[in-house]
Amino acid sequence: MNESFRNIWTILKRELTGYFASPVAYVFIVIFLLLNGFFTFMLGGFFEAGEAALARPFFNWHPWLYLFLVPAAGMRLWAEERRVGTLELLLTMPVTAWQAIVGKFLASWAFLALALALTFPVAITVFYLGNPDGGAILTGYLGSLLLAGAYLAVTVATSALTRNQVISFILSVVICFFLILAGWEPVTSLLVRWAPTDLVELIAGFSVMPHFASFQRGVVDFRDLLFFASVITFSLFGTSVILRNLRGA
Amino acid sequence: MIQVDSLIKEFGPKRAVNGVSFTVNRGEILGFLGPNGAGKSTTMRMITGYIPPTSGRVRIGNHDISEQPIEAKKLIGYLPESAPCYSDMTVHGFLRFTAELRGLKGVAIETAIAHVAGLCFLEGVLHQSVDTLSKGYRHRTCFAQSILHDPEVLVLDEPTDGLDPNQKHEVRQIIKRMGQTKAIIFSTHILEEVEACCTRAIIIDRGSVVANGTPNELKARAENAGSVSLRVHGVAAEALRSRLNSLSIAGKVSVQGDATTVLARVAPRDRSIQGELAKAVAEVVLKEGWKFDELHTEEGRLDDVFRSITLPDSVKARA
Repeated sequence: MNESFRNIWTILKRELTGYFASPVAYVFIVIFLLLNGFFTFMLGGFFEAGEAALARPFFNWHPWLYLFLVPAAGMRLWAEERRVGTLELLLTMPVTAWQAIVGKFLASWAFLALALALTFPVAITVFYLGNPDGGAILTGYLGSLLLAGAYLAVTVATSALTRNQVISFILSVVICFFLILAGWEPVTSLLVRWAPTDLVELIAGFSVMPHFASFQRGVVDFRDLLFFASVITFSLFGTSVILRNLRGA
Repeated sequence: MIQVDSLIKEFGPKRAVNGVSFTVNRGEILGFLGPNGAGKSTTMRMITGYIPPTSGRVRIGNHDISEQPIEAKKLIGYLPESAPCYSDMTVHGFLRFTAELRGLKGVAIETAIAHVAGLCFLEGVLHQSVDTLSKGYRHRTCFAQSILHDPEVLVLDEPTDGLDPNQKHEVRQIIKRMGQTKAIIFSTHILEEVEACCTRAIIIDRGSVVANGTPNELKARAENAGSVSLRVHGVAAEALRSRLNSLSIAGKVSVQGDATTVLARVAPRDRSIQGELAKAVAEVVLKEGWKFDELHTEEGRLDDVFRSITLPDSVKARA
């Protein structure tokens, strides 16, 4: 057990330093923060709303912002290993595929968490200007982090599918887009017109949106946590299956 | 240390490795030869546990690579064919990463890195990014990674590929030295390399082992192994031929040359007589009083053996 933690930690460390060894990390963080500011203050109408909360002007944009940025941050994880051939090196080390998958996933997630944490001035602003519900902001951040984790896990899987980062990126954007649309209100209200409500709810159940939304209301529901945990576990498990097939074929 | 037992690997309908078996003991250096696409790399990937075999077993030490992969992998140092390295790391960072995955801790890591950096001449580039290195350096960085943890089993896929002659020599020396206490298997296209450092060689062709023996045993299989070459001056070719033909232990005699110098090659009638033939030829030369400047027994060349074994029959017929 101790050994697997150490292996995961070693791989995590390498991936994380990998981000900062190239301009990727800095470009990513700057773009992420700029877009966040743009959405919050320009499109989100933060000031015009005159409301001391972050849900609508800030967190509401995250499913769409992450849709492109998370796949961009995660697409290289396995695709690059496959392209360069280091996959062979990594998997002939005394580590299991699971340790490698988890290590890489956690590294990327930690990186996304850092980017998210750097949006703290927005929170400070809202506290400075008004008297918001601190709990709701906290759960908002938690929901946002879990959402990023779910997208990232999908990206990890698509990244193992190909040695081409662009393909990996597009695939994960499409899958994540589905995860949004299935439960996005404009789409569900359209579906309800011709499909039975149960079916619509079933499809919406696959979506990140309703689960993400409850965090924005300041609610931490066990079922929502379970949902994100399942998406992550399922995707990472899928990754291990993909890697196994890759070596077998 | 390495036990490979009827290993088979199929990729779809294609059988890349077809029933390969061999063992490598501690203190042995096994050269793994074969034309491109013969299944060398696939076999090595199965030995190191990168790809699972379709059937057959690989044992490293006391561990089956499929059943106890982690324990088995701990004993192995592996240099993959393309010598891949993480290009976004420094040489030092890369070696440190592999050392940690290999379970080295604390001071042992820096000691090991310093040691292999010295062996592989990497001291000057330790803090340089792998990205900026030339191919030879990158290759040696990956090689350094494979010997970093002082493994009992070394699997090297073309370890001298892309190195300059001096570096090749160095790597061979390292392999030879390590071979005294470890089980090493390495693949190569360079046949002199096999003669220079292997205790045993295997030739693999289209997925099967077609020859297995010491380099000398393999060389003895060459067509002209054991025949005697003789170069004389001022003797007519025909006279030379008929005189040599009269030797009882001589087989086929071929001569070629011009009026002044003739080169004769005498094949032994029986391969086992080695050495006798040269003596007999020398006696003839002395008795006749021929002027000669060369007389030696051919050892047989590994590449002749390699060619005769691995050339497809159709190509052989044409030759």
